[in-house]
Amino acid sequence: MEVGRLPISAALKGKLVSAGYTSLSLLSSLSPSHLARGAQTAWDMLHEEELLTRITTSSVDIDNILGGGISCRDVTEIGGVPGIGKTQLGIQLAVNVQLPIHCGGLGGKAIYIDTEGSFMVERVLQIAEACSNDMSATNTVSQDVHAGKVGMQPRDFLENILYFRVCSYTEQIALINYLDKFISEHRDVKIVIIDSITFHFRQDFDMALRTRLLGGMALKLMKLAKKFCLAVVLLNQVTTKYAEGSFQLTLALGDSWSHACTNRIILYWNGNERYAYIDKSPSLRSASAPYAVTAKGIRNSVSNCKRIKLM
Amino acid sequence: MANQLISEMGLPKSIANVFAARNIRTAKDALSLTEFDLMELVDMGLTEVTSVLVHISERVSPPHQTARSLLQQRIQNEQLAGHLPTGLKGLDEALFGGIPFGVITELVGPAGIGKTQFCLKLSLLASLPTRHGGLDAQVIYIDVESKFSSKRLIEIGAQSFPEIFHMSGMAQEMAGRILVLRPASLAEFTESLQQIKILLLERRVKLLVIDSMAALTSGELEHGASKINPLGWHISFLKSVAELSRIPIVVTNQVKSQSSDEAWRYNFQVGTRRQDLEDTSKYDSHLIAALGIHWAHAVTIRLILETISGERFIKVAKSPMSPALAFPFSITSSGISLLNDDGIEVVGQEISTIHCHGHSEIIHSDTLQFHRQ
Repeated sequence: MEVGRLPISAALKGKLVSAGYTSLSLLSSLSPSHLARGAQTAWDMLHEEELLTRITTSSVDIDNILGGGISCRDVTEIGGVPGIGKTQLGIQLAVNVQLPIHCGGLGGKAIYIDTEGSFMVERVLQIAEACSNDMSATNTVSQDVHAGKVGMQPRDFLENILYFRVCSYTEQIALINYLDKFISEHRDVKIVIIDSITFHFRQDFDMALRTRLLGGMALKLMKLAKKFCLAVVLLNQVTTKYAEGSFQLTLALGDSWSHACTNRIILYWNGNERYAYIDKSPSLRSASAPYAVTAKGIRNSVSNCKRIKLM
Repeated sequence: MANQLISEMGLPKSIANVFAARNIRTAKDALSLTEFDLMELVDMGLTEVTSVLVHISERVSPPHQTARSLLQQRIQNEQLAGHLPTGLKGLDEALFGGIPFGVITELVGPAGIGKTQFCLKLSLLASLPTRHGGLDAQVIYIDVESKFSSKRLIEIGAQSFPEIFHMSGMAQEMAGRILVLRPASLAEFTESLQQIKILLLERRVKLLVIDSMAALTSGELEHGASKINPLGWHISFLKSVAELSRIPIVVTNQVKSQSSDEAWRYNFQVGTRRQDLEDTSKYDSHLIAALGIHWAHAVTIRLILETISGERFIKVAKSPMSPALAFPFSITSSGISLLNDDGIEVVGQEISTIHCHGHSEIIHSDTLQFHRQ
């Protein structure tokens, strides 16, 4: 019997088929542990995680609640209201990933997928200049100098950001499909940022189709993150929903999408300060930390009454 | 890109035919289906379907460039490095040169505050020859509420650039570059957009002004939350047209009262509204920009025009490059002028708040001064 005729959800059928199990006979001879093929033991995973480096956000407070920064091999969704700093954080990460490991980066390149046209290249230059200045200020006598390396210049930072502009959901899906081949040819890419994942999926969409397409995209991005050991950061917008007797803010794209990403960070206003809140993470506790958007990019908040809130 | 035909992608003929037989003719058709749907539809195995999708995806994916080459292109190819100076020194500095090309800049504020005045000034600036800081180009002005005043436009021109406007024929030439459209409905507007796109891509029009976007939908929207945004398509269209043609698009928006329907917090935020919000409501009505949160996400620059204690301010409320600064301004015979070029820094929730305290007093005094049609 074909897997297609089984009385299970389309998403599950998709997963079985993409793993190669197209008929019932292939499934019947397996044990559950075999079906979870490609599984590792928890011990091996722990070792791997300890070797994982993270990408700094340039705000020590946010890095702390993230356990060091944005993690690789994971998809992290970051959402918030307009003007809160999502694109700013995206650009900061695209610059920071290029820093050497001892500075909080991965010495790699960034892919920036712009679906809304929010990538203002003059701002990227500003942030890169600040980063370059900060680096030369701290690296007086360091291993870079011993190795004869010159400090990174702003133009070097800009050279290492690979920019794609996506104008429709078709292009978005096509590009995500193509990334596997592209990154195989550009192995130094260590972060993929999509700004925003939402824009092309917000208007006039058949909901069932949207759920399937988004689910497919999320799976492919997770595979990319794991295969190439890079960080995937998806920026999301905000919408309203009615819950518990009032209208609340929530990230866009619906409930099924909210399950798709491993990690979820919400940027929000708390009084006069910008805060980042860990809404979902398999290993980090819910906490929020303040941050600021300055001319140099994302930095720690300098307010006197800031506090890290543990929920 | 999305409408590329599968038959022209270099796939084996047999595969292209099977797809066509199932009505999968464009890249969009193919990529809107999951691998599983496709397998079932064309009766092919998984490996084959995956390799076809990878092939199509590679063809349809947009090209990439480094941020460095993007910057070099902007500097080399674009007039004024991609910005239209507004002539307001403090604002131009805050916006790194002026209204940026390629993105949507929104002007939002209560009625009568000066949005149309700002638009008239910008239209004039774009039509001026380059030696006077203009773009030497045509302008399309979509005047939804019939507020465009040619008389006022000429007055602004004569007062701001007397040396140009007193030359014979110049006023006519400048005014002749501004094409005013008056769509009577959203449907008419939608139709005219397609023609506008062609004009924009021909590179003679270098500024598009829509005054006001909110008025286009005021007749169409029902009360209460509607799932389908009537402007959804227009937002995408305007953004892509702005980028393709690398021109600035300036859109004005209205304000509306904040209803209890408006959400202001997430489910993890506890507590009631801040006490001071209740206090200020004695002085300001709670105003927010019209057109909703999707629109708010879509604009790249949001300039809020507001009144605080009888003084007008123009505030950079959303900008990827600038801090939130507010500049006091006044409306003069030469358009808009800033009273202070340094700007006042605005923090926190104040950035997106729209004030109109003392608004009615200044509107009244202005109508006595200026001859507005």
